[in-house]
This record gives sequence, C-alpha cells and structure tokens, in this order.
Amino acid sequence: MRYVFLLCAPDGGAEIAPGTPAGVRLRPADCATTVRTRGSEVLVSDGPFTAGQEYVAGFDLVEAADLDEALDLAARHPVAAAGAVEVRPVLEPDE
Amino acid sequence: MNGTDDVEKAVTAAFHEEWGQVVATVIGATGDWDLAEECAQHAFTRALDRWRRDGVPRRPGAWLTTTARNRALDVRRRAAVEAAKVRDAAVLARHEDPHEDPHEPAGEDESGVPDDRLRLLFTCCHPALSLDARVALTLRTLAGLTTPEIARAFLVPEATMAQRLVRAKRKIRDAGIPYRVPPAHLLPERTTGVLAVVYLLFNEGYAAASGTDLVRTDLCAEAVRLARVLARLLPDEPEVLGLLALLLLHDARRGTRVDAIGDLVTLEDQDRSAWDRAGIDEGAALLEGALRRGRPGPYQIQAAIAACHTTAATADATDWADIAGLYGELERRVPSATVRLNRAVAVGMAEGPDAGLALVGELEREGALPDSHLLPATHADLLRRAGRPAEAAAWYGRALELVGNEAERRFLTRRAEECRSAHRTAGQPC
Repeated sequence: MRYVFLLCAPDGGAEIAPGTPAGVRLRPADCATTVRTRGSEVLVSDGPFTAGQEYVAGFDLVEAADLDEALDLAARHPVAAAGAVEVRPVLEPDE
Repeated sequence: MNGTDDVEKAVTAAFHEEWGQVVATVIGATGDWDLAEECAQHAFTRALDRWRRDGVPRRPGAWLTTTARNRALDVRRRAAVEAAKVRDAAVLARHEDPHEDPHEPAGEDESGVPDDRLRLLFTCCHPALSLDARVALTLRTLAGLTTPEIARAFLVPEATMAQRLVRAKRKIRDAGIPYRVPPAHLLPERTTGVLAVVYLLFNEGYAAASGTDLVRTDLCAEAVRLARVLARLLPDEPEVLGLLALLLLHDARRGTRVDAIGDLVTLEDQDRSAWDRAGIDEGAALLEGALRRGRPGPYQIQAAIAACHTTAATADATDWADIAGLYGELERRVPSATVRLNRAVAVGMAEGPDAGLALVGELEREGALPDSHLLPATHADLLRRAGRPAEAAAWYGRALELVGNEAERRFLTRRAEECRSAHRTAGQPC
C-alpha cells in the first residue's frame, strides 16, 4: 500500500533532508497564501489554512506492506521527534 | 434427539463460546469484517433449525465455523460471478505463513493452534483506532454483542454506536491495519493495549459512570470471558494472568456490592460469606502462578491488592499495611492520581486518618481529579473516621455535586446525613 506522510513541524520550515525521492519539502508557512472561492468571489489571504502551532512542512510518499510497517517508518522519521507525522493511506485510482 | 430447550441452551452456550472464533475464522478467510458478522449470524440461526432436526453436533464450534465459512465463500463466489471481478481480499487476508492456504485458516480444528481469535483481538485493539472504537469493536466482533446492546452499555445513541463501528471497520480496511498477532518487537506494547481494553470493559460493567445500575453484569461477564481467552492463548504472559486474576477477584465480590434495593455496600460492610469462594481461589491461584514468573506489573499488583481484601476473614483482619505497600509499588509504576488516591485510603487505614488526609491534601493542592467525586468523597470518609463529622458532611456535599451514578449518590447522601446527625447529637464519630 502507498501512504503519504504529512510532515508537521512547529516552525513550518523544512530543513530536513527529503526522506524519499517522491517527497517534497516546503518553504516556511509565512510564505504561504491561501485561496478560497465562495460563489464567484475569490478570497486570498496571507498565511497557511490552519492557524496553529504546527504547519505542514513537507510530504513523503512511502510504500509499505500495511499500517504497522508505515507507522514504524513514520516513528523513525526525523520530523516525528521535532513535530508530528500524519500517516494517510493513498486513495488509489482503481479504488 | 434433543428437546427444544436443550437445543436453545446449546446454541446460547455455543454463542458465548464460539462467536469470536467463527467471526475470526471468516475474517481470516475473506478479509471482510461485515461479511464475517453476517455469516456468523447465519450459522447461529441455521444451528437452531438443524440441531433441532439432527441433534447437537459433537463439536458445535467446528460445525458453526464450517457453516459460516462455507456461506462466506458462497457469497463471495456469487459476487465474483456477478461482478466478474472481485476486489482481492487485500491486506486483511494476508497470512504470515506462505504455506498456509488462506481458505483453510488455523483454529477450525480443536487440535489446531487457536490463534484466530487472538488475531481478531489484536486487530480490534490496534492503537490506530480510538479507544472507544476498540472497545466497541471487541464487543461486537469477538463477544457477539449487538450494536443496540453495546450502545445501551455505553449510554450512547444507537446511531452513534453504529457509526463508530462502521468507521472502525472502514479504517481497518482502508488504512491497511494488518489482521495478525503482532510480531515479537511489537507484542509487549500491543498486549498492554489489549489488556487495557479488557480491563476498561470490566470496569465499565463493574461501576457504571452514570445511570442507575451500579453493576452491568453482562459487560463484566464478557470481560472475564475475554480475559480467559487471552490467558489460554498467552499463558506465558504474567500480566495476562494477573489481569484474569484481578477480574476474578473483583467479580467474586460483585453480588455483594449492592444490596437488595440497589444501594452501594462498602467493602467493610459486605457479607463475606456471600463472596464467590471458587472465584477467589481461582484468582489467588492464578496470581500466585503469575508472580512466580518474577515479572510483576500493574495488573499483578492490583490483583495482589484485591487478594489481600478477599482473603481477609473479616474487614478488621485486612492487612492495610500490606495493601498500602502494594499501592506504593503500583504508584512507582503507574503514578496516576487515582492510584495515589487509593494509596491515601490504604495509608489512612494502616497509619490512621491523619496520614491519609496528608496524602489527600497533596492531591487537592495539585488540583488532581477535578471532575471526580472520589477525591472529596475520600476526604470526607477520612474526616469521618477521624471523628470530625461536621467537616466530613461538608466534603460529602462537595462529592455529591460531582457524582453521576445513582447508587453512589444515595450512598453519599446517607453518609452525609449520618455525619450531620452525629455532629448534632454529640459530636461523636459516625
């Protein structure tokens, strides 16, 4: 199964080396711009869509046999110690 | 040929004994939790008819498992023909042993390794599921309680409970929670999680947090049954034996905890001659066997405390110093406010109310257990024992503001009144 690790870090920056070739790292959350469309109106605001202590700092895509293996990989991810890693199964096109 | 009542009895007995095994086997074969429940239900319904006609089979469990599994494979075949393509059983059907045919899972034969239920239990109690979901799923799939029964037991609307179960099963499937007994490096931690679910189940039945029945017997019985299954399947884990011992020792006193009109009876006032001797003996023997392994843990320590209470001939003969020492040991491992509160009670009995009040005072200064009636109730009881009824009555009043259970409310009300009248008449201890 494929899982995406949403890497959440307190500062929102990603000074961590990518964990997998399929991973990306994001610039800090203060560079974020959020867009919402409501009817015909386009609302643009400064900052990330969540106002919290931790921001999405990057994504990794991993292949694992099952959730236990994915959780094991996540537990050894450097971001797990500094912030948090949200493990989400990928919705595959044929599902 | 069996009479109707005998057949019904046999089916009911088989339901308690075999439901979990039947469901576990069908999940093992198909990876489909809903299908497994449906097919188990089908097998038990069919058993009523067939066993009346043909007599109760020699091995009811094997009959039920085979019937349910055949039904599942039938449903699958038909679905496969209709849809031409059926989604593979995916992760859930994966077996550790590559030589094992997934359609011939272990556990069907009495002589086989009965690990299907263990797989089911570990999967139901996976830490990726919420605690509420783990408990509900365990009761539904392993113990065979219906959704309305579980909803009633946990005092939530039926629709909420149904939703909780659907969500949990969907997560198991979609997030790829493996259907297996965890590998060695995960086993200790996961076993602790399973024990916590069984313990919670028992507690939920033993002292309902709210509602009018102090004891919900069914949940206690299910918890004991599950603990027995665990102890049979993991006989070398002292904490598993410790938990079963603990539940048996508590359960032995269950009938005497409330009186005929449903009022709470404290440990010191319980009728010790009415305690279940066989349960106490079994619990004490299990505990001894567990402790001999030299790996004590929280459940063994709690069982040892329960054994101190249940083996004392009278309330006055209770070895409170021993109990206080055991709570100290427990506190070192589980430094929770509840454990510290229990230790305060024991110390109060062993060394006098003032020593207990000092420990209770520490908890209060820290703001521990702010929503629980137990802290003010304990404070009140220690004051009562110290011969300070006016202050005790005031603390009982604070406890009454927080208590949820009706039987406990009546008990605290009674105590508060006793203290007030003792204060009025002579200032004597009540």
